[in-house]
Amino acid sequence: MTDNNIILQARGVTKRFPGVLANDKVDFDLKKGEIHVLLGENGAGKTTLMNILYGLYHQDEGEMLVNGVAVKVDSPNDSIALGIGMVHQHFMLVPVFTVAENVMLGDETTRRGILDRKTVSAKVKELSHQHGLDVDPEALVGQLPVGIQQRVEIVKTLYRNAQILILDEPTAVLTPQEADELFVIMRGLTARGVSIIFITHKLKEVLAVADRITVMRSGRVVGTVTPEEMNEAKLASMMVGREVILKVKKGEAEPKEKILIVENLEVQDDRGVEVVRGVSFEVREGEILGIAGVQGNGQTQLAEVLTGLRLAKKGSIFMNGKDVTGKTPRPIIEAGLAHIPEDRQRHGLVLGDTVADNLVLCTYYQPPFAKWIVIQQEAVDANARKLIEEYDVRTPSPFVLTSKLSGGNQQKVIVARELSRDVKLLIASQPTRGLDVGSIEYIHKEIIAMRDRGIGVLLISAELDEIMALSDRIAVMYRGQIVTTVDAKKATREELGLWMAGSHA
Amino acid sequence: MDWRRFGFIFLVIAVLFGVVVAIGSKADSPVLIITSMLATTIAVATPLTLGALSGIFCERAGVVNIGIEGMMLGAAFFGWLAAIYMNTIFGFAPLPSLLIGVLFAMLSGGLFALLHAVLSVTYKVDQIIGGTVINILAVGVTGFLNRQLFFEKGSIFGGQVPHAPGVLPRIQIPFLADIPVAGRIFDQQPITIAAILLVIIAHYVLFYTPWGLRTRAVGEHPRAADTVGINVAFMRYANVVIGGMLAGLGGAYFTLESVPSFEPLMTNGRGFISLAAMIFGNWSPFGAWAASLVFGTAQALQINLQFYRPLIPDQWAFLQNSYIVGLAPYILTMLILTGIIGKTTPPAADGVPYEK
Repeated sequence: MTDNNIILQARGVTKRFPGVLANDKVDFDLKKGEIHVLLGENGAGKTTLMNILYGLYHQDEGEMLVNGVAVKVDSPNDSIALGIGMVHQHFMLVPVFTVAENVMLGDETTRRGILDRKTVSAKVKELSHQHGLDVDPEALVGQLPVGIQQRVEIVKTLYRNAQILILDEPTAVLTPQEADELFVIMRGLTARGVSIIFITHKLKEVLAVADRITVMRSGRVVGTVTPEEMNEAKLASMMVGREVILKVKKGEAEPKEKILIVENLEVQDDRGVEVVRGVSFEVREGEILGIAGVQGNGQTQLAEVLTGLRLAKKGSIFMNGKDVTGKTPRPIIEAGLAHIPEDRQRHGLVLGDTVADNLVLCTYYQPPFAKWIVIQQEAVDANARKLIEEYDVRTPSPFVLTSKLSGGNQQKVIVARELSRDVKLLIASQPTRGLDVGSIEYIHKEIIAMRDRGIGVLLISAELDEIMALSDRIAVMYRGQIVTTVDAKKATREELGLWMAGSHA
Repeated sequence: MDWRRFGFIFLVIAVLFGVVVAIGSKADSPVLIITSMLATTIAVATPLTLGALSGIFCERAGVVNIGIEGMMLGAAFFGWLAAIYMNTIFGFAPLPSLLIGVLFAMLSGGLFALLHAVLSVTYKVDQIIGGTVINILAVGVTGFLNRQLFFEKGSIFGGQVPHAPGVLPRIQIPFLADIPVAGRIFDQQPITIAAILLVIIAHYVLFYTPWGLRTRAVGEHPRAADTVGINVAFMRYANVVIGGMLAGLGGAYFTLESVPSFEPLMTNGRGFISLAAMIFGNWSPFGAWAASLVFGTAQALQINLQFYRPLIPDQWAFLQNSYIVGLAPYILTMLILTGIIGKTTPPAADGVPYEK
């Protein structure tokens, strides 16, 4: 019979999506009061498995047991009733509601049919005290920093008496210090008997918090291990299925002329809130300037302004000696800009067009791709064949719709299009977000190669490891300002983390 | 509702009242003019208020409804038709006939809305197109049936419009209606009174009940609602149908409360103006009501100026043309929708179909 300590068990769970075997006979078990890490690359099937446990999907084969009893979980209602709570990667919070409203949503307390906000607030206060979560029940969620929003999510599950907590990539949006605080909270929860499934792809934190680790790769469980018998390199090769070079090889930078000069830039977001507040910096040819910072500190809007997608309220931008302030994307591109946008599907590609067409998006109107107003299809095709070969884009043909490609190959299409032109400056926003290790290695190598060819690189990333691995200089953005700029060789994670949290003295 | 917005509302109402008072004061006392204009304003604002409430329920749940115009028109016709049937064919007394008419109006509004919900929630059709379909459908169906039933020889009513059972009687609100002169304001017909009560009820439902909390969650972040076990599709269906019934009640105003007859296209863009009122009121019932009153004032201007047409001075001669004055609500709509009176924020998931 089953171990009495096992609170949750998945046996032979299989889930197929059209064309993909997302979970292939997955076995997984969770012991009471442990932190069990589920490790794997994007697309390994971690989130699918958790969505099955949480009732958002239904498995095609296999069964689930809670406390040794087979259960049927058809909807989140069922899983909530079984004491399973999930903190999703993208928070499931209504920004215009208060903390208390978000917590009670779907499980409201009422008095004579009217919402009883007082009682709920008191309970939220009590729960947050008990577990050291410290949230104000009356605060509007949209005005809270992400770290606190995550706590609201945890309170939400505790309010529903969750005994099993699933945390899906919870540290993706946190500074290193906030992540450490989260780990303390998690330890506190397990001490009170809550069991935690912790999904991640970050190797460092796995070793720090896990009691046990289950590694998944392309839909299968590769193995379940303990942190004592593992190190980062071993975990990485388990996760990827081959030896992985964790360090990016990179020589000294040889900075030359200033290629991008930004002065006193002020930018508003769509709601008219000032999100970039007086930013000045410069990028030289042959160096990589990394902009670190937790998501939502103005990096997105900064990149949009620099690439002509958004108008600055104040300040000026000089690129390659030309004033490009307030210019539209085309003249900026013609001034020598390559841009890898943050959201490749929305801003980087026309998903409904072929790979070949996407590869000429910046140049289709120029010879050899256009003669007068007529597209020269042969030139477009030849260009596509050449770039697909050169940049190793895995596509059945140049005429496949870009939407059919995997995320890594979509990103390669963008990289091929942007880097094959004669450019002077590369602005790369979150260039490896959501990609597998192989693609990440490839894109990192390309960015270093660009630098060594004497191109200036502005790298914007929320992944501190990426910033530290690639950059020559690191600027930290916090609440719309650059709070510090340091030499990458002298920077430490801890110090950068403090700057990112705005708490550096 | 911010102060700038309230200021604007007061300003517009004051200016329009001022115009009528300035012209009419040669004949009547200002108090009398203001009271009678206020009474008219509240009455003519009724379909706008109900239309705006309809829009609020739909859009707070995340479904854009530009079919309110059509829902009102359809309800105006079917409500009226039901009242006539009850009165002339089944021999009911006028008042029960009219009340049954109101019921049918709400029912038909609900049915049109159900169609909209099927299109936009189940089939995820572009909601603007779904609404447009309803607007066109309502014009076609009411126009066709109106002709077939009443104007064709050999039709059920023998080629002539039967004597209608009149309109809903006035209700004097106790005590308030007895106040000299100003009592006129509290002497209104039932749908008008219901609309004001519904503003208060809608406010409580949306902001103080679990139903309202869930409705707003579904309109702001449907996936968040889904993960806590709320049935997004059901909430959207239900609120769209509630909205349709409110629009239906607004439609009943035209044929059962305002005038005892139906004319093709008689809603005359009121459904669209109510959407403007909803937006200007920032998707809140009281805000939408205040905005409806502004539009109502613009319409009351046209009605009340007619009494004083001979008194209009020569330099204001354009006010003698009732068509020009009749443009006031529409000009006001355009002005308000340009956003010069401050921006409003729609529900975040408004108009976005929910994909699991």
